[in-house]
Amino acid sequence: MSPLQLCLAFSSVLFAVGLAGALARSNAILVLLGLELMLNAANLNFIAFWRYGPASTPATGVVFVLFSIAVAAAEAAVGLALVIALYRRQKNIRLPEATHLKG
Amino acid sequence: MSAAAHTDSFLERAPLLARDFITGRLPEPARWTANTLITIALLLAAFGLLFAFLTLAERKILGRVQNRPGPNRTGWFGLLQPFADGVKMLTKEDLVPRASDQVLHYLAPVALLSLSIITFAVIPYGRHMVPVDLDAGVLYFFAAGSATELSIFMAGWASHNKYALLAAMRALAQLISYELPLLLSVVPVVLAAGTLSTSGIVDAQHGWAWGVVPRWNVFTPWGAAGFAIFFVSSLAESNRSPFDLPEAESELIAGHLTEYSGFKYALFFMAEYFGMCALSGMGVTLFLGGWRSPLAALEFIPSYGWFTLKLLALLGCFIWIRATLPRLRIDQLTRLAWKFLVPLALVNLGMAAFWALSAGWAGPLQLARWAVALAIVAVPFLLLGRRLSRGVAPRTYRYA
Amino acid sequence: MNAVLAVIALVTVASAAVALSRRNLLHSILILAGSWAGVAVFYFWAGSQFLAFAQVLVYLGAISMAALFAVLLTRHSRDDVAGASSHQRAVYAILTGIAVAAVLLAAVARTPLTVRPSAPPPLSVRELGYTLMGSHAAALLVVGVLLTVALIGAVVLAAGDPPDPKEGEP
Repeated sequence: MSPLQLCLAFSSVLFAVGLAGALARSNAILVLLGLELMLNAANLNFIAFWRYGPASTPATGVVFVLFSIAVAAAEAAVGLALVIALYRRQKNIRLPEATHLKG
Repeated sequence: MSAAAHTDSFLERAPLLARDFITGRLPEPARWTANTLITIALLLAAFGLLFAFLTLAERKILGRVQNRPGPNRTGWFGLLQPFADGVKMLTKEDLVPRASDQVLHYLAPVALLSLSIITFAVIPYGRHMVPVDLDAGVLYFFAAGSATELSIFMAGWASHNKYALLAAMRALAQLISYELPLLLSVVPVVLAAGTLSTSGIVDAQHGWAWGVVPRWNVFTPWGAAGFAIFFVSSLAESNRSPFDLPEAESELIAGHLTEYSGFKYALFFMAEYFGMCALSGMGVTLFLGGWRSPLAALEFIPSYGWFTLKLLALLGCFIWIRATLPRLRIDQLTRLAWKFLVPLALVNLGMAAFWALSAGWAGPLQLARWAVALAIVAVPFLLLGRRLSRGVAPRTYRYA
Repeated sequence: MNAVLAVIALVTVASAAVALSRRNLLHSILILAGSWAGVAVFYFWAGSQFLAFAQVLVYLGAISMAALFAVLLTRHSRDDVAGASSHQRAVYAILTGIAVAAVLLAAVARTPLTVRPSAPPPLSVRELGYTLMGSHAAALLVVGVLLTVALIGAVVLAAGDPPDPKEGEP
């Protein structure tokens, strides 16, 4: 297996772990953290191709990942604020109970 | 550490010659490893001794400011006091609460100390004496510094003590509030030097303006304001007075460190002083010209000597401020960070951009450049200061 | 080379898996911080130092702090335990994860990828800066606005509504 394939396999497994975690847990914060893990796995993918693949400009992969990290940080901040707002309403952060808008 | 140029004086090259004498005969990969190990050992020894005598110097200076002699019973002028303190810390009973989270309780001081120590790797101590010359050295320093906050949380949480937890959250609020002005005050330095490498930043501060004033960053308008903001923020980042609410003995015993005793407490204490030394070292590098001498005539003092002198001067300022200023409350210090320092740091960044763009102005326009630059930062400073202290009574000083 | 990569991958994936399966929420976040540190080590190994330090600064220094504060602010009667999730859902989630991993790994294994040998692309921070401020300046400004909006939005969401004025007051 070439190093590139190893890196891509690593990022795929990390993505799958993040996905399984986000789907399995009912705590809002853990779902958010699973999401962050998936974003990180995608970033790993970009860096793997930046490192090993043919690049037209040397900086593209790194710039993409920088923006992705910034957006992930913004999303984490807003998501955690949402969790606090959810807690204020229902006094716990279990997602299966957040069904007020249902039906 | 790279090879020395042959034009440097003997004192300048002496440490590198000594190191090459010891490891010169080893084959290449082992030689690099041996050099690195020697560097690490030297750094730990030097900063360990500095930590020890800094605690003594602090107690003596605080004592003299408060009109008392400070420790003077252990050894001549109290010089053995740090070692006595060390023995005390090592032989104290290590109490760990039974309900505490044992792994985290043990891990917190270790993580804090290791992260504080690795920040020493990018500071240029002398002309050819950077332990690791990273292309993004400044970012490495602040990244390692910000990762130490996790260990403060671990300390507060693992103690299983609600007051320790509240104190840890307060300490974290202080640390993250002051990270922003700290980083923002460093951005103009990077802008002016054009590089994130610490040795590159020191290289960019070479030469003398008008033959007399060294071109250190602190002698430019944005550098002076930036250094002031950096200094205040580094006081807060290392939990020093007047921002030492997290560990104020008269307020809340020891805050997030209440449940720590003996050697673990000594590790936290050491980590705080190492953080202080590292931030001062970084301040010297970024603003005070690093290892550069202020006068061309004084260049016979080797570069590491100048660095040490400047570092000791900054640490003396830290101690002086501790002796002089009263403590700030948590809401006062977070208000200072968010409402005062962050806007000023942003304005400073704009002013540094103006300074860089107007570098070509010559002659009498230089005066205009200085005037505009100083006005850009002084006017918001005065306006913000007045606006934020509206409603507070004017100070009256009554002397005893 | 591959050995280092294998160690990094193992540590990162293992800490991620352990973190997402623990019942104690704070332990989860702290172990996940280790996983993010593993990703930073991967960036460093791949040759991009700036990105590694940015990852440490943002994830370990900021996002983990925000998550820890959110956990501490949303604790209900001292149970920071993640609660009993249904086993059935956990099994389905793990099966989904395995299926996705299988699809991705199959795609990776079967695609003929050209690998550029030797050293990582030489990217100095200066070049990165020129690229960001030059050809990607618009995106940089948009990200700046996005972060400001996210900051204000998070503050507004978390601060909630001011309390109603009491009735009966003149």
